[in-house]
Amino acid sequence: MADVLVPPTALPVAPQGSRASGWYGLVFLVATEAALFIYLLFSYFFLASQAPGPWPPSGAPPILSAAVNTAILLASSVTAVWAQRGIEKGSSGRLIAGLSLSLVLGAVFAGVQVHDWMHKPFNPATDAYGSLFYTITGVHIAHVAVGLFILACLILWAALGRFSARRHLHVTVGVLYWHFVDAVWLVVFTTFFLTPRLG
Amino acid sequence: MTTPLSYLSSAGPAAAPLTQLAWGLGGISVAVSVIVAIALVWGIWRRRPAPPAGGSGLEAGGPPGAGMAWIYVGLGISVPVLAACTVWTLFVLGEVMHPASKPHLTLQVTAHQWWWEVRYLDPVAGRVFTTANEIHIPVGEPVRVVLSSPDVIHSFWVPKLAGKMDVIPGITNVTWMQAATPGRYRGQCAEFCGLQHARMAFFVTADSPAAFNTWREGQLAPPPPASANPEVAQGSALFAARCASCHTVSGTPAGGIVGPELSHLASRETLAAGTIPNDTQHLNAWIADPAAVKPGVLMPKVPMTAAERAQVVAYLQSLT
Amino acid sequence: MADTTLDRNPPTEDPGLTATWETRPGFIGWLSSVDHKEIGKRYLITAFAFLAIGGVEALIMRAQLARPNQTLLTPAEYNQLFTMHGVTMVFLYALPMLSGFSNYLWPLLLGSRDMAFPRLNAFSYWVFLASGLFIYSTFLIGQAPNAGWFNYVPLAGKEYDPGLNIDVYALGLIFLGISTTVGAINFIVSLMRTRAPGMSINRMPILVWGTLTASVANLFAVPALSAACLLLWLDRTFGMHFYDPHAGGQPLLWQHLFWVFGHPWVYALVLPAMGIVSDALPTFCRRPLVGYTAVALATVTTMVVGFGVWVHHMFATGLPGLALSFFGAASMIIAIPSAVSVFAWLGTIATGRPVFKTPFLYFAGFILLFVIGGVSGFMTAAVPLDWQLTDTYFVVAHLHYVLLGINVFPVIGGLYYWFPKITGRMTSERLGRWGFWVSFIGFNLAFFPMHLSGLRGMPRRIYTYPADMGWDGANMVTSIGSAVFAVGVLITLYNLAVSRVRGAPAGANPWDAATLEWSVSSPPPAYNFRRIPIIASRHPLWEGRLDHGTGRSVLETDIALQHGRETLATTTLDAEADAILRMPDDSLAPLLLAVTLTIGFAGLLGHLWWLAGAGGVLSALAAAIWLAPSPPPVPAEETARG
Repeated sequence: MADVLVPPTALPVAPQGSRASGWYGLVFLVATEAALFIYLLFSYFFLASQAPGPWPPSGAPPILSAAVNTAILLASSVTAVWAQRGIEKGSSGRLIAGLSLSLVLGAVFAGVQVHDWMHKPFNPATDAYGSLFYTITGVHIAHVAVGLFILACLILWAALGRFSARRHLHVTVGVLYWHFVDAVWLVVFTTFFLTPRLG
Repeated sequence: MTTPLSYLSSAGPAAAPLTQLAWGLGGISVAVSVIVAIALVWGIWRRRPAPPAGGSGLEAGGPPGAGMAWIYVGLGISVPVLAACTVWTLFVLGEVMHPASKPHLTLQVTAHQWWWEVRYLDPVAGRVFTTANEIHIPVGEPVRVVLSSPDVIHSFWVPKLAGKMDVIPGITNVTWMQAATPGRYRGQCAEFCGLQHARMAFFVTADSPAAFNTWREGQLAPPPPASANPEVAQGSALFAARCASCHTVSGTPAGGIVGPELSHLASRETLAAGTIPNDTQHLNAWIADPAAVKPGVLMPKVPMTAAERAQVVAYLQSLT
Repeated sequence: MADTTLDRNPPTEDPGLTATWETRPGFIGWLSSVDHKEIGKRYLITAFAFLAIGGVEALIMRAQLARPNQTLLTPAEYNQLFTMHGVTMVFLYALPMLSGFSNYLWPLLLGSRDMAFPRLNAFSYWVFLASGLFIYSTFLIGQAPNAGWFNYVPLAGKEYDPGLNIDVYALGLIFLGISTTVGAINFIVSLMRTRAPGMSINRMPILVWGTLTASVANLFAVPALSAACLLLWLDRTFGMHFYDPHAGGQPLLWQHLFWVFGHPWVYALVLPAMGIVSDALPTFCRRPLVGYTAVALATVTTMVVGFGVWVHHMFATGLPGLALSFFGAASMIIAIPSAVSVFAWLGTIATGRPVFKTPFLYFAGFILLFVIGGVSGFMTAAVPLDWQLTDTYFVVAHLHYVLLGINVFPVIGGLYYWFPKITGRMTSERLGRWGFWVSFIGFNLAFFPMHLSGLRGMPRRIYTYPADMGWDGANMVTSIGSAVFAVGVLITLYNLAVSRVRGAPAGANPWDAATLEWSVSSPPPAYNFRRIPIIASRHPLWEGRLDHGTGRSVLETDIALQHGRETLATTTLDAEADAILRMPDDSLAPLLLAVTLTIGFAGLLGHLWWLAGAGGVLSALAAAIWLAPSPPPVPAEETARG
């Protein structure tokens, strides 16, 4: 009852981090996006299980560039964390530097992905495997593109001095999204590049 | 009043347990609805003591758990009934999954937009034959039905003889049916398959084994020799020129596979997948303008004079 | 009832708060409003309009089916009508209607000033409206979706359906999914963060439980539909092969994805409506709900099990017997939580003292329809029996008892119940009773005979039928009943329209109800609560009159929050005060983003890739403008207030 409650005058206004509505909102957005990828990957495994011939039809895809690319994307998450720690200590410069590194690494990842796309022995209309490969990696690339746009916005806003050690919810939320994009890639990578090598 | 697709009565061992289940679960369902209705009406209009004068306007005199008895008693009755029904259902499932004895006859049924192709398989290659929309089976024997579709999803359903089985492109589903008594049982496509889903019926005729064999030999018989009747002969030539790219008449050069096989068409009772009776007038009207009978049908309107059409009809009616 | 009302008068209006929270006048103000009450009303009205459109489609179909072999409609017209009827009712009416109630009511039920994300709320509505218009856009050129609301491939593939029909379906449902998803997130976060202090989760109204359950389910169900539609659109547009059996695809993939979505969705359409009954029925029984905890748990349990029963839509697809047994048994078990709710309502009525107002009639009628729809669902859950029942009119009867009985009847009852709160005016009881009885009789006349035509083997989705099948009588009665039902709905509409203008003033709490929304004036002020209340029980307005009160809620607290738009954040389980949330001002950004998304989807539909790209870029910019952090505040506000 009233007497056991913290009086409102001692409450933080516009709380940051995991007490902010925006943080909750992104957690649930990530949950529903994760579900989207689960359904896409379910489609992959469902069609694989029903395939009359070998799966993938053209053999396991070459792994080298995808593995290097995976490392690049993971590195971009590390730099993003470094940037976030920076603004938590009040350093806008470190925030901008770290996010810029993430942006560059993410762009390299996207570039390598598109390069690999153009050198596949199949295309989206070849067969169901081709459709799955391009669609699932394509949906992931779309998420990377959104993430890159978010990173670019964060860098711009940081340059405009909108963030401080007290106020940087956008950074927290944006970096969380970027981690999600990375985590999804690990699952996509495992599905397309590792599971065909297990059998 | 006839109810040819009703499964409240059935005519074979693949369907009879389902009919029992329908009556049993249906009876329980009606009973539950009536009991709840009575409880609801009683609960609303039961006599209540007058509220105390100057009361709070709330019925809150009892303990917090007042009324929970409704949930306990309700669940106490409904859960065992539900469990029993589940067990019964699983028994029925096991009962109808497979026929009691191994079927000797296998039909390969291919569902098309909007008709049924029926192929009677036989170990002897020369004894395989194809018909459309009308299936004959021997009474008292399970019949294996192998289902496939070259276009969209359909569903094979003869309610008096068996439950539905979907016909799915890329998948071969297998079901079975058996007639306990001779008769003519209506079947119907049960999965929405486009414009003429409504008119995609067929018939299963269950005959005594002897009558079935007679019918089967008739279907295997070669076509009648070139007719002395000039109308039939001209119709045959017209058919070869105008219709044979889509239709097959076995034993003749007509070998189209787009439309239904027409060998022994005259032995069938209906046309256009059970839509119209197979008589001169309807056959003529059908050929004159198929889409007028079945809008959206894939059979084109083949240009013909009335005289030519009469000749084609005469030829088709010679295919007994 | 009013003479026994003990509640105090609602607080007088606070001009300062009104100025802070009020939607600005004028058209631009209207477009930029983020007031949950305004958005809730828009949802209700738009969804009701879609209900009317879907109803007219149904009446046209019933004219065609009244007698055998009619030719009022061509098969092509009929297929578009039944598809649009299903799409409209399932997607554009049923859930948005419940979202309307929840939008309007949540902050009022939870004791807060707005939803957690007011702008997202506005965005959710605009996208709902835009996607609804998008889905109807090709109706006028005769290319509406035409492969059923379930839209099975390959019939829905390019080869068998080359027009825009299915493209608009696939893109439209992805578009609508955005609205559903952000709406669901908003409900969940609002629930977790903006409940009044003291409203621990065991004190929330059941409607909140229902909407919470539905929202969580939607987060995990809607992506299945979006994925299915995306793959379909890619198959159709770029010749991909997800559903093409000739190149490694599988038509059954669509069915799995669609029903993994579809079954939880059906529960999402009924659980909040059941919540309406669980909350409003006790008001007319003059006692709290029997078995609150059991009903709340049943709500959640239904959905959890509901994610495991999608295969019962696929019993006839040739699956192995073990899978059939498992899913059949699961589909039977799901009846148990529903039974809990039914007995709770029956117990509430029987141990209460019913007051025969119009909403009570709808709720009592609903219980009967719920049971009939429930037992017919139990019959279809029996796998071998379902091999006969599926795709017949028996299922049509079942799903209408479920969706009309469990959604429309509570919705209309809910409209009557909260109409005084929303408008400040009472409805006509006489017209209300007429409307109920005409609707109730018409409904049963229309849909009960469908059980019979279904048991006699009448297949679904047929545009006509032969005369000698034993279906003539049932179909004629169904057609007459559907017209009667339509008259009942019209009486309701007329009643609401007239009462809106001429109804007697309602006062804050005309039904002497127990929950928070009735503590504020009717209609509520823009800021909802002058002071954030502190809650000590499930029925704050009945405390003191119940012998077993748990404590005393405080409505006039000292939590004023008058520094701009603010509301209180509380902890998720126990609802202890945690922070003060800054709430955004009115904004055109949500509308702008909805418009740019519409441009993008129009480009995708027309294969105008430049337009789609432009829509995408503009959407990104609109989102960036919307979400841009504000310049740093003055230092005094940086720290905790005090």
